[in-house]
Amino acid sequence: MPVFYGTEIRSRLLLGTARYPSPEVLTEAVRRSGTDIVTVSLRREAAGGRQGGAFFELIRELGVHVLPNTAGCHSVSEAVLTAKMAREVFATDWIKLEVIGHHDTLQPDVFGLVEAAGILAGEGFNVFPYTTDDLVVAERLLEAGCQVLMPWCAPIGSAMGPQNMPALRAMRAHFPDVPLIVDAGIGRPSHASAVMELGFDAVLLNTAVAGAADPAAMAAAFAKTIDAGHAAYHAGILEPRDMAVPSTPIIGKAVFT
Amino acid sequence: MKLTVNGEEHDLAAPTLADLLALLEFEGDWLATAVNGELIARADRASHELRDRDRVEVLSPMQGG
Repeated sequence: MPVFYGTEIRSRLLLGTARYPSPEVLTEAVRRSGTDIVTVSLRREAAGGRQGGAFFELIRELGVHVLPNTAGCHSVSEAVLTAKMAREVFATDWIKLEVIGHHDTLQPDVFGLVEAAGILAGEGFNVFPYTTDDLVVAERLLEAGCQVLMPWCAPIGSAMGPQNMPALRAMRAHFPDVPLIVDAGIGRPSHASAVMELGFDAVLLNTAVAGAADPAAMAAAFAKTIDAGHAAYHAGILEPRDMAVPSTPIIGKAVFT
Repeated sequence: MKLTVNGEEHDLAAPTLADLLALLEFEGDWLATAVNGELIARADRASHELRDRDRVEVLSPMQGG
């Protein structure tokens, strides 16, 4: 099973906690997914409010690792401060680092991302950077202290699936020993399977599960296909050919004429 | 003393951050606080003195992806 920053994880599916119809549905989806890591966020609490407390209790009861995020942060300072606040709340050094660079595509600001990753790594954080599939950026993130990379495969919440398979394949080839998690853009189980067949270590999902008609059933479906894709990668997948190849031996074929 | 708490203006007599949280009934060990863009750790809230026009953020866990 994958090891992220020294911690062995029981599942190759990481699950976001947003957009579920109810806390009960979220709980059931987490259970059926078999996930060992859920992502959570931080937002302003209302004066006298108890919303955060109820959610905090729910997350604690799930009994899984918590990966706080810096979702919605558009600057380095914002992301760094949010990470520090998340560390205090959740008592974890893990942070899913998002520095958003574009309002419409939610594309990472890779320059800010590298800068923030360096600052946070220097302060003892274990950074899970939400990044593009760019190899040069990936190199910079590793130099900044990241030991895990989380490239998108399509814009957040778009459900478009992998848009650049060659780039993801190249990332696997260039960083054979770095845990790689596809984060963002997965829409259906076949998308997750496709990236796992490339040799990725895990997939982070949210909307594809939370937005399904039956989130818990979809979570279970994703869990199966992610494991299947992983097993297929290690089993050695046949490369496609242009021409037909008979699968039945010619030798011994009867001659009737 | 004028304070901005989570984007809202308040006029309160709160010598410390801990006093402010109590006045506005923020409770719970799941809260994170920042003043003027700097994290103020839980252990430092009682000793962190507020000044006029400070900007305070009080965050709590929320669903996220």
